[in-house]
Amino acid sequence: MKGSLVIVGFFVLGIVVGLTHVLPPMSSMGNVSYLTLCALIFIVGFLIGNDAEIFKKFKKLNRLYMLLPLMTIVGTLAGCAITTLLLPHRSLSECLAVGSGMGYYSLSSVLITQYKGPDLGTVALLANIVREVITLLGAPLMVRWFGKLAPISVGGATTMDTTLPILTNACGKDFVIVSIFHGFIVDFSVPFLVTFFCGM
Amino acid sequence: MLEIITIMAAGIAAGWLLRKRSFKFVGVVLTVLVWALLFFLGIEVGENEKVINSLKDLGLEALLLAVAATAGSIFAAWALWTFIQHKEGGKP
Repeated sequence: MKGSLVIVGFFVLGIVVGLTHVLPPMSSMGNVSYLTLCALIFIVGFLIGNDAEIFKKFKKLNRLYMLLPLMTIVGTLAGCAITTLLLPHRSLSECLAVGSGMGYYSLSSVLITQYKGPDLGTVALLANIVREVITLLGAPLMVRWFGKLAPISVGGATTMDTTLPILTNACGKDFVIVSIFHGFIVDFSVPFLVTFFCGM
Repeated sequence: MLEIITIMAAGIAAGWLLRKRSFKFVGVVLTVLVWALLFFLGIEVGENEKVINSLKDLGLEALLLAVAATAGSIFAAWALWTFIQHKEGGKP
C-alpha cells in the first residue's frame, strides 16, 4: 500500500511538473524515459539470470497460465461491450475497438484515428493511457485482492515492456515469464483486433 | 520490441555470469528507477497538450472505457487464478 502511494506520488509530481513546464520539455532531454525503461528491463533480466532456481521454477509453472492472454482479451472485450449501454452515441464496434488497444495507446490511437477519425482516436489514446496508469499504480492492490494474474491481465499489451518492472515487483520473479508471454501474445493481437472492430 | 528482448537477454546473461555473488542492492535500484519512470511518464502526460485539452470533452468517456476494460480483465484473470489454485490444491 505504501509502495503504491509513493508511486502515485511520483506520477502526480510528474504531471504537475509537465503542466507547469518547470523543467525543459521531455523531448529536449533525449529519450530519458525510454532509457530508464531499458535500465529497468536490464535489471529484471539480471534478477532472472542471477536466480539459480528460476529456470526450475519456470518449468514447474502450471501450463494453464498460458491461457491468460485469452482471458485478457475476452475479459476486456466483455467489459467494453457493457460500456456501450452507458455510451449511447458510441456503437458496440467503436467501444470494442477502443478496448482492443489493450493499453497499447500509441498504436491503437493512430490506427483508430485513421479508420474512425480523431475523436474516437483521442478516446482510445486517453483510455489506454489510463489503463496503463491503473496497472502501474494499482498492481500491488490487485495482487492482494484478485491474485497475481490480475495486474498482468490489466497490463494488457504492455506487460513485456513498460509495466514489466512493476509487475515483477508486485507478483514476484516467478511470474516474469507469464508476464512476458502474456505481453507478447496480447501485443500481437492489438493491430488485428483494432482493425477488425474498426471495419465492423 | 527487438531492442527490449536484446536488453533483457543481456541482463539475464550478466546476472547468470555474476550468479556467485549476492546483489541485494539491485532491488533498491529497481524501486528507485520505477519511481523515476513514473515521474517521467507523469511529465509526458502533463506536457502533452492534446491529452490535457481533450480531457474535458472526452475524459469521462475514456475513463469509463478504461475502467470497464480493467474490470473485465480483472474478472477473467481472477477466474483463471482461482481455477488454477483450486486444481493445484491451494498451494501457492
